[in-house]
Amino acid sequence: MTRFRKKERILPGFSITLGFTILYLSLIVLIPLAALAIKSADLSAAQWWKTVSDPRVVASYRLSLTTAFVAAAVNFVFGLLLAWVLVRYEFPGKRIIDGLIDLPFALPTAVAGIALTTIYAPKGWVGSLLEPLGIKVAYTPIGITIALIFIGIPFVVRTVQPVLQDLESDMEEAAVMLGSYRLRIFFKIILPDLIPPLLTGFALAFARGIGEYGSVVFISGNMPMKTEIAPLLIITKLEQYQYAQAAAVAVVLLLISFALLLVINILQRWSNRRLRTVKGA
Amino acid sequence: MAGIVTNPRTSKKHAVKPHLSEPGIVKYVLIGIALLFLSLIVLLPMAAVLVEGFRKGWEAYLSALTHPDAMSALRLTLITALIAVPLNTIFGLAAAWAITKFKFRGKNLLVTLIDLPFAVSPVVSGLIYVLLFGAQGLLGPWLDKHDIDIIFATPGIVIATMFVTFPFVARELIPLMETQGVTDEEAAVSLGAKGWRVFFKVTLPNIKWGLLYGMILCNARAMGEFGAVSVVSGHIRGETNTLPLHIEILYNEYQFSAAFAVASLLMVLAVVTLIIKSVLEGRMSEESR
Repeated sequence: MTRFRKKERILPGFSITLGFTILYLSLIVLIPLAALAIKSADLSAAQWWKTVSDPRVVASYRLSLTTAFVAAAVNFVFGLLLAWVLVRYEFPGKRIIDGLIDLPFALPTAVAGIALTTIYAPKGWVGSLLEPLGIKVAYTPIGITIALIFIGIPFVVRTVQPVLQDLESDMEEAAVMLGSYRLRIFFKIILPDLIPPLLTGFALAFARGIGEYGSVVFISGNMPMKTEIAPLLIITKLEQYQYAQAAAVAVVLLLISFALLLVINILQRWSNRRLRTVKGA
Repeated sequence: MAGIVTNPRTSKKHAVKPHLSEPGIVKYVLIGIALLFLSLIVLLPMAAVLVEGFRKGWEAYLSALTHPDAMSALRLTLITALIAVPLNTIFGLAAAWAITKFKFRGKNLLVTLIDLPFAVSPVVSGLIYVLLFGAQGLLGPWLDKHDIDIIFATPGIVIATMFVTFPFVARELIPLMETQGVTDEEAAVSLGAKGWRVFFKVTLPNIKWGLLYGMILCNARAMGEFGAVSVVSGHIRGETNTLPLHIEILYNEYQFSAAFAVASLLMVLAVVTLIIKSVLEGRMSEESR
């Protein structure tokens, strides 16, 4: 590393920009996050364990994890379908549809939350159609899952789309010439290249879903043990002035997120490497 | 984790060869399913916001928007964005400059740390500031003695918003400036240009669209953030409510059409953001050609 020191720094501003970056990062992100660790250490190990293993807390983790997982799985399938349709086919209004994929990124979550609740409530546009079938969506885990599908869909589409776009068609050409039929080509040739970005998109949507609050809180009904997600439980503990307990619940949630972040980084590296070898071949 | 996955900028036309495509019927069925899915998840909610917002007519719609509480929420939302976005932009520029123009130890760690706020649940993002600045927080007693309000006041809302929008500009600029390398700037320096001149005359013109892109996304999130702000705000009417919090209050008080009227305002913001975003993407892909 020493050979990069000073004499190779032709451009100005290294120490000031790096210094500012680290200072700002510390003030806004690192020190406040440290406060979380410090505050949750107010509890003894036994109290800490008692807090996070409380049935209501465990139920909220399980709910957050399962709904986020199911939503990410749905997005895995429909995200692939949307990316496929947007890349491979031409149809009127395609540009608008393509732009709308990003709406969940841009629309405030509270707006999405009240809108989805209104549609999927028993008297809503879709809810009233499902009610006679005995399917309740709003105020059940299904409703939470719908909100998380909304939040997660752009992650899968936007990670798969560029890879699908850049896919070379020579392998497909060869397969056609060798007499392979379309579905087989899809599963044997196209899908393997899409698996890394699909998994990355899945993990991104999953991670986002676990922590999501705004779009879920309206549609979930917030019944303890049944439809109470982990982020909401943190707020409940805060409102009861149980700061250390809130911090303990948050620490576990944060650890799950960081573990997923690690997985996502590994997936992305795998995805990039795979793409490069495919292109280089 | 990326809170925003960047749009594919290489929108090269795929010449679809007939022998590499599906039969027409399969194609239309797939398009149909995709559109149905998108309608149920994205289009219907947008339509619902408008229909519910105007349910009681124009006058009720306008009076919901011009209600003093709504106006003060709008003001707070604008103030918050006006502070958070420029600060995060300056940070993004500094971080991208340090990371892409120089080599140093721990660079990968720094890039990971910048992404950190995207991995944190919005509720936890608010919670950390309550634990730091709240009455029972680590700095609580000291702040109390000096009569400084952060939690349940505007500063807390601004800081929590800064946290959740922290990575947007940096995330956009780092890959962009990475691909542009340092040759242009080095040439400028060798011709005798000094620091700021290099930045304004050489770097900025190269990154302007990407910078705007990051700022637009940062702004949309800053104005729309709900979870983090909800934790630190205290929901004091007319004082610490932003627009998304105002919507929540109206909704919980069963003033549905007023809630949706205010929500439609934020939906317009989202749609305008998406339009600007797509224009900027067009600019960027033109320039990278």
